[in-house]
Amino acid sequence: MASAADYKDRQFLAVIGDEDSVTGLLLAGIGHVTDPPDSQKNFLVVDNKTETAAIEAAFESFTEKRKDIGIVLINQHIADKIRHRIDTYTAAFPTVLEIPSKEHPYDPEKDSVLRRVRRLFGE
Amino acid sequence: MSGAGDREAVFPTRQSLGLMKSKLKGAEIGHSLLKRKSEALTKRFREITRRIDEAKRKMGRVMQVAAFSLAEVSYAVGGDIGYQIQESARQARFRLRTKQENVSGVLLPAFESYQTEGNNDFGLTGLGKGGQQVQRCRETYARAVETLVELASLQTAFVILDEVIKVVNRRVNAIEHVIIPRTENTIKCKKPPKRSQPSFWTSLADIAQDINSELDELDREEFYRLKKVANKKQRDTAASDAELKKKMEAEDKENARASGGQGPSDLLGENEDDDVIF
Repeated sequence: MASAADYKDRQFLAVIGDEDSVTGLLLAGIGHVTDPPDSQKNFLVVDNKTETAAIEAAFESFTEKRKDIGIVLINQHIADKIRHRIDTYTAAFPTVLEIPSKEHPYDPEKDSVLRRVRRLFGE
Repeated sequence: MSGAGDREAVFPTRQSLGLMKSKLKGAEIGHSLLKRKSEALTKRFREITRRIDEAKRKMGRVMQVAAFSLAEVSYAVGGDIGYQIQESARQARFRLRTKQENVSGVLLPAFESYQTEGNNDFGLTGLGKGGQQVQRCRETYARAVETLVELASLQTAFVILDEVIKVVNRRVNAIEHVIIPRTENTIKCKKPPKRSQPSFWTSLADIAQDINSELDELDREEFYRLKKVANKKQRDTAASDAELKKKMEAEDKENARASGGQGPSDLLGENEDDDVIF
């Protein structure tokens, strides 16, 4: 179970998404780059050329390595690419949230959390 | 039922009987408390899942509006601002704070968003044209992110509650199906016949009647043993009495034979007196 120290200093959001989603969310002010020398961004822009391995690496770094991120936002169509990782991710912190993107409307059937909800209530 | 035959390895004494009874009582109290806790959590859990469902739908709408306002921006600015924005992001203005909520002993963290004042990475964005659209877009996205944060705290609560409910239910089941039957078996000290109704509600008094079977048996055993001992003693005394008697008789006879001549003559004896003739 989550202990207090586990989420006390999680104060940022991270985002993995296409350019439009990332731009919009950065405009809202969630973008953060850690201090040099190891300036790490808390966002990743994914386009058609981005490799799945890069997405996975970013997801891993946001969810496991960095301890200052409380919520990971990820576009649903990108989440589909690393679906196995998302489905096996069960920790409470950081929370992984699938968001819709402009080209891909939101599909509740694919959401890992909603699927769990459905399974629990036997629908 | 599994574990119907097993029992704890204790000696059937009055003391451990008392211990087992108090253990059973404790288990019943614990069971009802845990059951209530599980129910409270489940109620909360259902509420949260309902709200998650709603929030997810709302998120779909909000993100659509936000994407639209971003399209407005790129139209007004007349070019792609994505790159510029990605490069100028430095310090997060939008941050999270966590607070805790206590639901029947479970700490549920909840995110709360706040905006730090006085740092604006995008002061120059849209300076040339479309500044108004950029401003509006930022507000729209800020609202969208607030919705997302709300949804994220619901989701966190969902994950944690799910885990806790599983643990609590496991405990409830363990007490109901393992600990209580086993304690009851220990008290009864024999296999129950066929369990027709849930054993859990078998009243204590009932058990108290059954319980003593082992102790009673011990009592009976003890009684039987005593009886046996008494019997044996009686037989022994009888035997020794008989022997003594025989011995005495034998001695008597011996004496009689020895004193046959000079011993006191038999008054009514067989050596008859001479007839007296007057």
